[in-house]
Amino acid sequence: MKHIDPTCLKPSSALAKSLFDATGISVSDCFQCRKCTNGCPATFAMDIFPDQIIRLVQLGLEERVLNCSTIWICSACETCTTRCPNEIDIAGVMDFLKERAVNAGIKLPQSRTYAFHRSFLNDIRHRGRIFEGRLMMDYMIRSGELTRKLWQNDMLPDMGMGWNMLKKGRMPLLPKGIKDKQEIKKILS
Amino acid sequence: MKISYYPGCSLEGTASDYEASIRTVCAALDIELVDLPDWNCCGATAAHSINHKAAIELAGRNVAIAEKQEMDMMVPCPLCFNRLKTAEKVLTGPEKNNYRYKLSGDRIKILNIADFLADKKILKQIHSKVVTPLTPLKAVCYYGCQSSRPPKITGARDYENPMSMDRILKTLGANPIQWSFKTDCCGASHILPLQDVAFTMIEKLYKGAVEAKADCFVVFCQMCQLNLDAYQARINLKLGTNYYLPVLYITELIGMAMGLTEYDNWFGRHFVDPVRMLRDCGLA
Repeated sequence: MKHIDPTCLKPSSALAKSLFDATGISVSDCFQCRKCTNGCPATFAMDIFPDQIIRLVQLGLEERVLNCSTIWICSACETCTTRCPNEIDIAGVMDFLKERAVNAGIKLPQSRTYAFHRSFLNDIRHRGRIFEGRLMMDYMIRSGELTRKLWQNDMLPDMGMGWNMLKKGRMPLLPKGIKDKQEIKKILS
Repeated sequence: MKISYYPGCSLEGTASDYEASIRTVCAALDIELVDLPDWNCCGATAAHSINHKAAIELAGRNVAIAEKQEMDMMVPCPLCFNRLKTAEKVLTGPEKNNYRYKLSGDRIKILNIADFLADKKILKQIHSKVVTPLTPLKAVCYYGCQSSRPPKITGARDYENPMSMDRILKTLGANPIQWSFKTDCCGASHILPLQDVAFTMIEKLYKGAVEAKADCFVVFCQMCQLNLDAYQARINLKLGTNYYLPVLYITELIGMAMGLTEYDNWFGRHFVDPVRMLRDCGLA
């Protein structure tokens, strides 16, 4: 993590308060034991460790946490939440920050992950259920992966996977939907 | 017996092998699965990551329907299970008035498939129908994240060292190997947008299984199954490794031990062919 000059630091409880009001999660309970970071299976790919995220939220350094990769690298495995001795729902903090970063219109460092989530919710909105074939296509286009892979001549592994799925009867050609689609549209409006 | 059944989206698609084995095995055990009427997607990782309210409501709609059915509900996908349990908790908690659905919270129980099948009565029934004991099978049970954690949501007591599948395998005559990676994460949906991250996480599991001297994984999560099975060849190619570790569903093994002939068809839909491993240990 880049060094922060403590003399320039202006701590603010605004972010921690928004988090508490929205989710009931209290980061001020953290005493920095780092159990979350030590048990996290994804730290190898993170730019800020989970305990540091909690500390930054305590200090109110919002820009820093909303722009980091870590919140998108978190795979929501819930190991940190399970093991925190102060019962802080750390994975819940990650979700809160992701949603806040999206709503703040921040340029996301892991844009493919966000594209995947968007494609996923978009697919639910259509029929109430996921149709994996269409989800894949929507994601490939939205994330720019289709263009990149075509450009770099790298479509073969994905095409092989799709063909095998089809051959093995694991890729239906027609989607299934639910009857009450209006209800789903209201939820995802 | 009758139980309400929430299949989840991928069991209609990429996990059709899992779905077939569940339906066949349950029928053979006289368990009637009543599909939840007009069920919808639980919202999965996407909803809880970027739209908390929708995550609770998408899952909550299903629990509300299940409560009307007044039957306990069995869920094969651990993530669906986790999201439905989360919705149940939130919609009966202090913030319940912020959402579209109302729940009573005590009318039904939501169970993941491994806990459901590892119930003493069902284990007894399985035991009485075993015709091919799986004694030579050298397997590790891999549970993944979402059926165990966080225990406040899942209600799991042995969340650091779950044993439900181990108990089922013992009933089938096998002696599952105990190892340290039962609940480590497979990378889940990172497999698409962050493939390198997922590959590193998956390879750690392969390594753990080999070190434990296992020949295969036994799972009940179709997301774990997909990551460990469908990408094994690509991981071998990318990392220069040579893993051969079939990833079997616990229901497939129950079917096999019970002498159901359909298992050939289920195994045929895997990417890493389990037949070679089963032949090597004298089971096929």
